[in-house]
Amino acid sequence: MRPSLILRTSATPILVMAVLYSLYIVLRGHNSPGGGFIGGLIAGVGILFFAIARGRQEALRCLRAAPTTLCGLGVLLALTSGIPALLVGQGYLTHQWFFIPLGDSQIPMGTALLFDVGVYLTVIGTVCAIFLNLIRR
Amino acid sequence: MMPTAVLALPILLALAASVAAALVPRRVSPGLGALAAVACCTVYAMLGWQAGSQGWFSHFWSVPALGVAGGLRLDGLASVFALLITGIGTLIFLYTARYLHDDPRSRQLVTLLLLFMMAMLGAVTADDVILLFIFWELTSLASFFLVGYHHESAEARKAALQALLVTVAGGLALLAGLLLLVQAAGTTRISGILEAREVILAAPAATPAMLLILLGCFTKSAQVPFHFWLPSAMAAPTPVSAYLHSATMVKLGIYVMARLSPLFAGEALWHVLLTGFGLATALIGTVLALRATDLKRILAYTTVAALGTLTLLLGIGSPLAIVAALTFLVVHAFYKAGLFLTAGIIDHETGLRNATRLRGLGRAMPVTAVGAVLAALSMAGLPPFLGFLAKELMYEAVAYAEYFRLAAAAGLFLVNTGTVAIAAVLAIRVFGGTLAPTPRAPHDPPATMLAGPLVLGLLSLAAAIALPVTAARWLEPAAAATLGRATGVELALWHGFNPILLLSAATVLAGLCLFRVWPALGQWLRARTLIDRYGATQGYDAALRGLTTLARASTECFQHGSLRGYIRLLFGAAAAALLLPLVLGGGLATPAFELVWWDIRYLAFAGLAVGAIAATRARTAFVAVMAVGLVGFATAVLFLLFGAPDVAFTQFSVETLMAVIIATTLARIPIPQADTRRRGQKRLDALIAITTGAAVSAILLAILAQPLDTRLSDWFGQYSLLAAHGHNVVNVILVDFRALDTLGEITVLAIAAFGVVALLRSGAARPGRAAREPAAPPGPVAIEPQTGSRDPA
Repeated sequence: MRPSLILRTSATPILVMAVLYSLYIVLRGHNSPGGGFIGGLIAGVGILFFAIARGRQEALRCLRAAPTTLCGLGVLLALTSGIPALLVGQGYLTHQWFFIPLGDSQIPMGTALLFDVGVYLTVIGTVCAIFLNLIRR
Repeated sequence: MMPTAVLALPILLALAASVAAALVPRRVSPGLGALAAVACCTVYAMLGWQAGSQGWFSHFWSVPALGVAGGLRLDGLASVFALLITGIGTLIFLYTARYLHDDPRSRQLVTLLLLFMMAMLGAVTADDVILLFIFWELTSLASFFLVGYHHESAEARKAALQALLVTVAGGLALLAGLLLLVQAAGTTRISGILEAREVILAAPAATPAMLLILLGCFTKSAQVPFHFWLPSAMAAPTPVSAYLHSATMVKLGIYVMARLSPLFAGEALWHVLLTGFGLATALIGTVLALRATDLKRILAYTTVAALGTLTLLLGIGSPLAIVAALTFLVVHAFYKAGLFLTAGIIDHETGLRNATRLRGLGRAMPVTAVGAVLAALSMAGLPPFLGFLAKELMYEAVAYAEYFRLAAAAGLFLVNTGTVAIAAVLAIRVFGGTLAPTPRAPHDPPATMLAGPLVLGLLSLAAAIALPVTAARWLEPAAAATLGRATGVELALWHGFNPILLLSAATVLAGLCLFRVWPALGQWLRARTLIDRYGATQGYDAALRGLTTLARASTECFQHGSLRGYIRLLFGAAAAALLLPLVLGGGLATPAFELVWWDIRYLAFAGLAVGAIAATRARTAFVAVMAVGLVGFATAVLFLLFGAPDVAFTQFSVETLMAVIIATTLARIPIPQADTRRRGQKRLDALIAITTGAAVSAILLAILAQPLDTRLSDWFGQYSLLAAHGHNVVNVILVDFRALDTLGEITVLAIAAFGVVALLRSGAARPGRAAREPAAPPGPVAIEPQTGSRDPA
């Protein structure tokens, strides 16, 4: 059974929107509802939708890396985000902050964001690994 | 005590040498080992010579976060052990060079032996119980690999596993005992524990700690009923047997007992246990030694007997007994290692190890014979060898024993008689008389192999002749460290004509008589097959079989392959775990609340209820999934209405994903749409479901009935922006305050993903296999009705 033309055509814009929205959710997560976990789930839903509409192979091509690789990258990123703290003599995973001046205000940046991106990638990887393998046959 | 970091040097040196030995050419590696051992031996000899009763210590290494505080210490006791380990080690490495010269894997053996030496040195110089335990277990591991060196032989593999299981199980008991001591004493330092004697003995954990530690020591030092692993371990190459299983490793249990004897001395149970088990071990070891025919097994059983004697002497615990124990320890290490090396030479040169068939080797291998006779004389306890002194001291100590004096004296006489007889067998029978035919024509081996027996034999002699030096520098400090104070025992080889000397002479005479009847006695003992049928080895085998049966039974009980069964068990167990403590502990409570007439949030609850009822009434799996999805969404709405937008957000996403994933899977897997359960099963499932729901509700109500402690949430709320620059407290907790927890969670997530991928791929590769073999990893097709599992559905 081949998915309908509407479904297949709308898959790409929906995926793009889902991923962009998920990135927005990750970035704002520190101050408003959101974060890496929810962001990862939202992006995952987008990819799921894409895979249902266009098939497994297309979805894998969109991901660029194997889902399990994303999992590994995510955990690795989260692991390394704790290392800068060790270099300045603080406890592992004590997040470091620096401030980028932007006009009158400052944008706080920190290793916490790296950590959250790690969570984000791991969640996407897990969702895709499970789903894309389930629809293998 | 004088501080020095030099104490770590030999341990590091041995470690470095073990790595190097694996890299250098095969012919060089035993030489490297010998060099390392000599260097270590020199360090210990110099330190020990200057230490006197004071000892050396070093606290350069500690991990306060783990509560590991101690470092290394070299007192009299440690220094005697360290010298035996490195000194005999040197001879072993020299011997190995020739013994395994045509073995392509000999480098492995040298590496393992060096690692073992490192572990032994660490264990006897550790001043910290954690360090002691780590090195203790390392020796067990090294022993495992060394016993299983000939890993192509099933017998060697079995022996290696046996030695490992027995000693490591004992090691765990030791760890538990040591930790109890640490808790009572408040320090992991051994010297600190010994100082805290009064506090520890007053603690209720003192007796369990002692029993656990003794269990560990008894397994390591092959006391009855754990003696069986030692003879089996003779599957190892002979240098290994000489080193690990006679001179050093098996004495580690004795070492720990000696080390802790200032702590437990005076406790009746300690003395009774050590005396009793020591005596039993000595007697059983002697009987089994007289029964054996294989040279190495004879030696192994006499080692068991000697270890029993040492335990017995430590159990008597008087100053005299402690001096006797340490003297005998040294004597035994000298003669037993020498005899093992001789046995190895005989095996190597004649191709035969059966003591009943070896005769008259003396003419063919005269130098070997000299070494064997020297060792045998010390073993038999004849003057002027150190063995004579040890035996005199032993008898004298037993004469003043507090517990089982008569039994101990009689037992010790029998054990020593047997020892004399076996010494005579090994010297007179094997080397005297006319040559019996052997598979290979015997002749003396090269000097490196002869060095061991000869040097050790001469040392037994020299140590006795230079007794004032031996006693003042080594034996007395060691005994003082074991006793916790100066012994006040004057050592002299010649005690004058007294009843003890008479007893000694009687022992030798009786032993020679026993030697005359040895062939007949051995045959008679071997005919008593009851020992073979009900021995400790059979007990071990039965225990191992029992373990396998238990594992199989529990696997079949829980890993039956029926998904429905798993779910029932999981929910049933969860409900019981929640409800039982609540009901039994009287924790059931409901919070106070007031009911209002109408609230918009009732709608969400209504959605919840409708979803739940629909799920139970659903006729097809697809409808059930949708109904459960409704429950999930209603829950998410609830979260939203009660002020947890983050949780609601996540719940929405998860519910969507779950619905999509399950629906997709259901569409692809052909499972029957209708419910196939019988009436009884449905009732059971309903009962489990209702109980689980009730249990969760009950515990939530009980929690709500408690006053809410807001200290943590207040703290997080206060510091979220200040310390972590975030307004969203939930996310700040996730990525910053509790980042390590989150790291753990995403790791679990990733591992779960890998697991799912592996399962799905293996299932795709072998369709239907999981259905036929319940033991195979369940594939994705293990969905109930097709699997043919034992579930009646």
